[in-house]
Amino acid sequence: MLDTSTPLVEMTDISISFGGIRAVDHASINLHRGEVVGLLGHNGAGKSTLIKILSGAYKRDAGDIRINGEAATINNPRDAKAYGIETIYQQLAVADNVDAAANLFLGREMVTSLGTLDDAAMESKAREVMGRLNPNFRRFKEPVKALSGGQRQSVAIARAILFNARILIMDEPTAALGPQETTQVGELIKQLKADGIGIFLISHDIHDVFDLADRVVVMKNGQVVGQAKTSDVTKDEVLGMIIMGKVPPGAEPGPGAISG
Amino acid sequence: MAEQRAMSSTTHPSQMVQNPLQRFLMATEIDTRLLGMVGALAIIWIGFNFFSGGLFLTPRNLWNLSVQTASVAVMVTGMVLVIVTRNIDLSVGSILGVVGMVMGVMQTQILPVQLGLGLGHPLIWVLSLASGLVIGVGIGGLQGAIIAYLRVPAFIVTLGGYLVWRGAAWWVTAGRTVAPMDSTFQLMGGGPTGAIGNFWSWVVGGLACAAIVIGLYFGRRQRQRFNFPQRPVWAEVSLAIIGCGAAIAAVWVANAYPWPVRIAENFANANGIAVPEGGLFISHGIAIPVLIAVGVGVVMTFLATRTRFGRYVYAMGGNPEAAELAGINTRWVTVKIFMLMGALCAIAAAISTARLNAATNALGTLDELYVIAAAVIGGTSLAGGVGSIAGALLGALVMQSLQSGMVLMGIDSPLQSIVVGIVLVFAVWLDTLYRRNKH
Repeated sequence: MLDTSTPLVEMTDISISFGGIRAVDHASINLHRGEVVGLLGHNGAGKSTLIKILSGAYKRDAGDIRINGEAATINNPRDAKAYGIETIYQQLAVADNVDAAANLFLGREMVTSLGTLDDAAMESKAREVMGRLNPNFRRFKEPVKALSGGQRQSVAIARAILFNARILIMDEPTAALGPQETTQVGELIKQLKADGIGIFLISHDIHDVFDLADRVVVMKNGQVVGQAKTSDVTKDEVLGMIIMGKVPPGAEPGPGAISG
Repeated sequence: MAEQRAMSSTTHPSQMVQNPLQRFLMATEIDTRLLGMVGALAIIWIGFNFFSGGLFLTPRNLWNLSVQTASVAVMVTGMVLVIVTRNIDLSVGSILGVVGMVMGVMQTQILPVQLGLGLGHPLIWVLSLASGLVIGVGIGGLQGAIIAYLRVPAFIVTLGGYLVWRGAAWWVTAGRTVAPMDSTFQLMGGGPTGAIGNFWSWVVGGLACAAIVIGLYFGRRQRQRFNFPQRPVWAEVSLAIIGCGAAIAAVWVANAYPWPVRIAENFANANGIAVPEGGLFISHGIAIPVLIAVGVGVVMTFLATRTRFGRYVYAMGGNPEAAELAGINTRWVTVKIFMLMGALCAIAAAISTARLNAATNALGTLDELYVIAAAVIGGTSLAGGVGSIAGALLGALVMQSLQSGMVLMGIDSPLQSIVVGIVLVFAVWLDTLYRRNKH
């Protein structure tokens, strides 16, 4: 194996079906502390479905999830958050009609001693976190609807780091961003990695993740084709895994690898 | 961007604007949509006053208008939350009907006769109201649970409820009208005795002014604590003057409407007061149902804007999936919203039965449509996520003003329905234009 210490996340033999279609078929994947794992595959390869099982949005039909070596019960997003798993979704990250602070604290609002919402304290904290992430951000009073794609994404990322995630899942984190904001997110990922946070980056575009990831796992038709350290393979080889399911010598084949 | 960066984070945005009207609106942070509704209401009032030959803007008509609005106003505060979460409740009129019947039977039959409290016992009104609230919450909870956990669309569940609870209202007494109501219970319906009089109305007005000023002060202190941009002082003072002025004007109007001559004379004779030349002037003051509606409005605004529950309601309306993924128990929140709606229907039922001094199985017929229309006129979007309690209350007042005004002008009732229908569609069209221009 690539790392012998107890993995932060270990998903083994996970399967889930929707109406007879095996979206994920005996997939196994793991993640260590301070590691960035790129989960790659075409649209419909099952990567988002697999990761939504970890974040509690879907319930698996079969398989085990272990967090820090212990069996974990994840039935809904609340359970996942209790294990320190934070997810940044591609589109569904934010409630459009409320402001940035309300989104950052959604589900975990700060309250005053009387039990009412402490909006001022939340806004203050939001200004602090957003200031670190995106110093130009000023529009704290407006509904998120009024923000640009990049600003909305920074709100979503700020929400994850605000609550000290141990495991961060990012679904196409830079898809909606401009070049400058993409660089910012890249810097942020390095910073989070240095703090010992394990990160799953999900993408159908290898260029988004190859330079950031320590390791890539490729899925096709619900199965894991194979995995490799990014230092052992080239982009073209990984592309071959994504498109044809062909496993290069530097990679470790999975159940979805084509034989021969 | 450069412009934004140049602006210090503690400068209020109003200082960047030159146009005095725009500057006033930005500095006071008044919701322009709400202001537009107040303007529309003013036009309706002045228009009716002109065409009815000065009958509309009289203390008597405005006082009656406030009492007539109370029942729908109470329900619309709940309907806002229902619609904000992309649901609908078509059953509120029927719930009002069945709960009204139950409360009627409680106070005329069960409590005084079967439980032997005797007519006029001081506990009767409380126990009747409590039983109504329990049944209202129960019905709402049942409908909410079917919507949230069994995943039947709210439209269908409450359409079923519309028929079921109307039928149940008939079933309580096999269609018999129940009357009269307990004398204390009747106070919730208004009338000369169901109003708090001159002195207490001023007390309420004074408390309202104090609350406005204290609220503004704490809001400002909170912003100072976190070094946020603050409104200019002149804007704060303007807000205080407008708010207090409105409260004082409302109390003044309520106090300017005297008891009818005959009732005042009877009261004078019974209490040994000499009737002066030109008749005795006893003020109605604020009617109790209006006080209830205002209280409900304040509590619901608090719930919607200052509590986690309210935050979740709006987040669910904006993006149900994001709310679910943020760990919010969206199903339970949905059940709570419908329970709240049921409780508000019970309060509205108490006001309606008390005002009519009878419980009939037809009570509240068509109310669901008036409540939904009031919410929508008040700016609640059926697409979800948008709506305010204050706007909906104004919407209820607009609807009732239209109806009362047309009655005063002697317009036939079929034409009244036509006008109300047209106004509803027109108001929503205006709202669409407003929102499109804003973004």
